[in-house]
Amino acid sequence: MTIRPLIEIEGLRVSFQGDDGRTTHAVDSVDLSVANGATLGLVGESGCGKSVTSLAIMGLLPKQSATVSGTIRFDGFDLLQVPDETLRDLRGNRLAMIFQEPMTSLNPSFTIGDQIIETILRHRGGSRRQARDRAIELLRRVHIPSPDKRIDEFPHKLSGGMRQRVMIAMALACDPQLLIADEPTTALDVTLQAQILDLMRELKAASGAAIILITHDLGVVAEVCDEVAVMYAGEIVERAPVDELFANPQHPYTVGLLGSIPRLDRRTSHLATIEGMVPNMANPPAGCRFAARCPFVAGDCAKAAPPLAMLSATHASRCIRAPLERLVS
Amino acid sequence: MTALLEVEGLVKHFVAERSLFGRATAHVKAVDGVSFTVEAGKTLALVGESGCGKSTVSRLVLRLIEPDAGAVRFEGRDLGALNAEQLRAFRRDAQLIFQDPYASLNPRMTVSQILTEPLALHNLVPPARRRERVEELLRLVGLEPRFARRYPHEFSGGQRQRIAIARALAVEPKLIICDEPVSALDVSIRSQILNLLRDLQDRLKLAYIFVSHDLAVVKHIADRVAVMNLGNIVEAADAEALFAAPRHPYSRALLSAIPVPKPKAKRSRIVLQGEMPSALNPPDGCRFHTRCPYAIERCRSEMPQLSDDGIGHATACHRVAELPPADAIVPSDGGFTPTLEKLVAAFNAVEAVGRTGVGNETRA
Repeated sequence: MTIRPLIEIEGLRVSFQGDDGRTTHAVDSVDLSVANGATLGLVGESGCGKSVTSLAIMGLLPKQSATVSGTIRFDGFDLLQVPDETLRDLRGNRLAMIFQEPMTSLNPSFTIGDQIIETILRHRGGSRRQARDRAIELLRRVHIPSPDKRIDEFPHKLSGGMRQRVMIAMALACDPQLLIADEPTTALDVTLQAQILDLMRELKAASGAAIILITHDLGVVAEVCDEVAVMYAGEIVERAPVDELFANPQHPYTVGLLGSIPRLDRRTSHLATIEGMVPNMANPPAGCRFAARCPFVAGDCAKAAPPLAMLSATHASRCIRAPLERLVS
Repeated sequence: MTALLEVEGLVKHFVAERSLFGRATAHVKAVDGVSFTVEAGKTLALVGESGCGKSTVSRLVLRLIEPDAGAVRFEGRDLGALNAEQLRAFRRDAQLIFQDPYASLNPRMTVSQILTEPLALHNLVPPARRRERVEELLRLVGLEPRFARRYPHEFSGGQRQRIAIARALAVEPKLIICDEPVSALDVSIRSQILNLLRDLQDRLKLAYIFVSHDLAVVKHIADRVAVMNLGNIVEAADAEALFAAPRHPYSRALLSAIPVPKPKAKRSRIVLQGEMPSALNPPDGCRFHTRCPYAIERCRSEMPQLSDDGIGHATACHRVAELPPADAIVPSDGGFTPTLEKLVAAFNAVEAVGRTGVGNETRA
């Protein structure tokens, strides 16, 4: 491919220095790239490093305790090297983020209008009048009824779904090129989730922005993503186009995740479970990090850390036993 | 045959505002005429969006709060007529598991204390044998007996939920109300707890009222499902029948919104527009008419009653006979490829072997 991806992450490592002097490796040599107009799903369970990865992109990790290395190239900048001033210009402008908790990520003492207008004035300038008009327009775009009245309301007056839409409106204020959505629908009911996912699809089609969607829900991934990266214990263990991942998963952890979803198409008495627990990230195991929980584990798995190997032009798996189909035939 | 639990015409309004003189001026109609039954050894799921009244119903059933009207009968006895002592005896038969395993266990008590308390309270096991019973309970929920001396903070979310389940089981109940028991858990842990609840039901003949907003989980665990909207049940049916052909427009919208783990699955999508109306001021007529794509004039003025079709599928909708067929609301082609089926089966095989040494969550 000749098209350069919008964002390219190489060898990203993040570790945290604990108070007790121990170092926790939250993210370990993560490589990712997202093209313009594409949606990447970043999937994994609590503590797998998916949110830390997104905070690293946004430059929002605490400087005192987090050690970040690697490169994050975004449109000619290396986000890990640029001065804070440049990062502040990019953030909220060309890079935007939606957080999981719409209740805590809006400031309760300002109206939603003030909060959207602040973003517009900071990055676009212009008069307050113009910024207000744009804010109303944005609220209309995310389907908030009577936006010219709602703009003067405080966050506590709005329901959870409305607040999440306000968050999206704010993220879109300066037409970002990259939108990171961290579990944007997890706190919402299914009906609202469907509305928000529709909205994200609609906005992507209209603006051509790239989206990184962080979620633990493979159903949501199947609905909106083009490509998927599955994370486990700080590493990407599998990466593939969405159709390919669901039809032909090549890492045992992905298989376990798919099997643990209750099925709608037929009745199952027993769900697949992934036995055991994630390894302690202060002292990760030497070999494959999933080996202790893997039903396909073999002698070599615990010896050396497996590389993320390409199985085809687009499908990569960090499993030395892939392709997995030969193990069950 | 009488059902284990019968709920009839349950009503609960909360006072939301009072005038200067303390007179109630506004009510939240949290539960407004709800009836259902639960058979012994079966699972009834209560589903609906936040604020539909499903958690209030579960608290009313246990008489943790008093209903404004209606009756709850457990094994034929009216709970409203019980005195304090009889009520305590009833609480032995019916237990509750909460959503948040981090908040529902006292951080200052050891697991042993947490599990001994109900035994002592109901005077079930002589003090000398209590330690033994605690170990038995821990084994029952897949934890190692040596965990008894630990405190809740030493456990993961899934393990804590197991402890909460053990506590509910300590008094040998006939009914357990599970209020979103797996919503706070990761997917792989969630499946472990769901499997555990299933196993326990088979072994101990428990009945569950399973309160949840996650419909895929409900399909997996429930025998019967009641769909609630704004304090009313709008549809009640056997789980199989409901998921195969939901009738009420609200049930259809809920089911069609479940994300399916299959890209480009063929399905019809009903995305509800607008917000759920406030329970403070519910709309007249059918409470769903403001969001219903099929609403007609009659729906705006007249509240539809829940009526059964004679084979156990009840719907509260004026237009139920005229609605288009519910095709592909739940896609039938959501299946795995044959290879993936085999790979998933490999995980189950390992678990079957691993279940003998059930404490294997302890590696961390």
